[in-house]
Amino acid sequence: MGFMPYVPPEQMMKDRSEYAHKGIARGRSVIGLEYADGLLFVAENPSATLHKISEIYDKIAFAGVGKYSEFEDLRIAGIRLADLRGFSYGREDVKARDLANAYSQALSNIFTQQMKPYEVEILVGEVDGDAAGGAIYHVLFDGSVNDEHGFVAIGGHAEDLTETLRTRYAEGWDLATAVRTGAEILGSPDGRTIDADSIEAGVLDRSRTQRRKFHRLDEGELAAILTP
Amino acid sequence: MSERVDLPVFGVNPSFTDLVRRERPEALPQAMRADVAASAAAQLPHGTTVLGMKYADGVLVAGDRRATAGYTIADDKMRKVFPADDYSAIAIAGAAGMAVEMVKLFQLELEHYEKLTGDRLSLEGKANRLGQLIRENFPLAMQGLVVVPLFGGYDLRRGEGRIFHYDATGGRWEEDDFQSTGSGSQPAKNSLKKRWRRDLDRDAAIRVAAEALLDASEDDVATGGPNPTRRIYPIMLAVTAGGADEVPESEIETAVAAVLEERS
Repeated sequence: MGFMPYVPPEQMMKDRSEYAHKGIARGRSVIGLEYADGLLFVAENPSATLHKISEIYDKIAFAGVGKYSEFEDLRIAGIRLADLRGFSYGREDVKARDLANAYSQALSNIFTQQMKPYEVEILVGEVDGDAAGGAIYHVLFDGSVNDEHGFVAIGGHAEDLTETLRTRYAEGWDLATAVRTGAEILGSPDGRTIDADSIEAGVLDRSRTQRRKFHRLDEGELAAILTP
Repeated sequence: MSERVDLPVFGVNPSFTDLVRRERPEALPQAMRADVAASAAAQLPHGTTVLGMKYADGVLVAGDRRATAGYTIADDKMRKVFPADDYSAIAIAGAAGMAVEMVKLFQLELEHYEKLTGDRLSLEGKANRLGQLIRENFPLAMQGLVVVPLFGGYDLRRGEGRIFHYDATGGRWEEDDFQSTGSGSQPAKNSLKKRWRRDLDRDAAIRVAAEALLDASEDDVATGGPNPTRRIYPIMLAVTAGGADEVPESEIETAVAAVLEERS
């Protein structure tokens, strides 16, 4: 091991924090919000195949912003954890809270022990079978977790988006309203209208009869909702 | 000339079975001592007759409801036909406990792959993977815990239903028309041979399947026949371009009644 100059821990955490913040701020954003039938994640994503939003388990979905390879690692680790747990115990024993805790620990370890922190923020969303209930956990690059209610924005313009959401969000939107408003708000910080083919959206729809409540909106569905 | 770099095998392994083997190997079936296995195999429940056939819209997979342990009926309402994912179905004959566990692993294998990669496996890929899972079970099969599934699915790329069957070593064969495995498979196949026609419609296919299972139950003690008093009927899954759907009991009841009526 080479010579390491002394760096005070406060300074080290601050540097890492700034580094991670910068990485995340460069990327595009994701909005998560509750709508009438469940939970919607909507993102600006020019790629139709490299997803930011994904299914984890029957009632659990994932969204990530920042460095693709890093949140993809987290996504895969989450699916593995969920599938193993469901296999070992029962499908209903797989909970978003446990996943959020696991992510929090993993990110916290990486933040303090690795050469560089992960430049990511993630959302873990869950819906319940019945009308009430559901949760969105927001996990930051240093492992801190927030339990969000109603709506949340992460990524490049998170603060502006949260402001706009605060004024515009209303409970009980139908899917089309939720997607349309979400897409509008995503473009609002720099006054753009994002094309339907650059919008990615996935829902946890509790009205689905299937066991797996996640549904990725395909091109056709998005175009139908977003084309004026 | 530049030196060649050997990269290790890399990328994400999308197999759930491999994940379990790595993380929780004790959760997978283990080979037993040969003498223990031999006596266990005779006493454990075995599932009996399942069949699969092509029909106009895709494939129909069906199974009787009986599990036997030696001369005892271990279960008269056993389910041997399962959806493997949205576009395929698996039916099992053989050591029931092992078979149900294999189905569970296979279902998770497909779901895990789909979630990790964002893509559904091709039907060909699913059929191959199932063969490998059976092959991994081979040491147990040699000890009497044989599992021989039938696999049917709708091939979205080719736009047709396809049927595969397997032997205990994982050998895989594709059938062009119909197939049956399990103790009552011989009478079931004889029946199918007479009744099956290319491009049967759904109702006809259900009736042919019900009749084949009835024939099997009449010639094979280990195959359970329909039991209208207790409302026990075969389970059937139809796999078409629209997905894998269980045939409602009422349709099967009607088909069974028609077959019995014809014979009375």
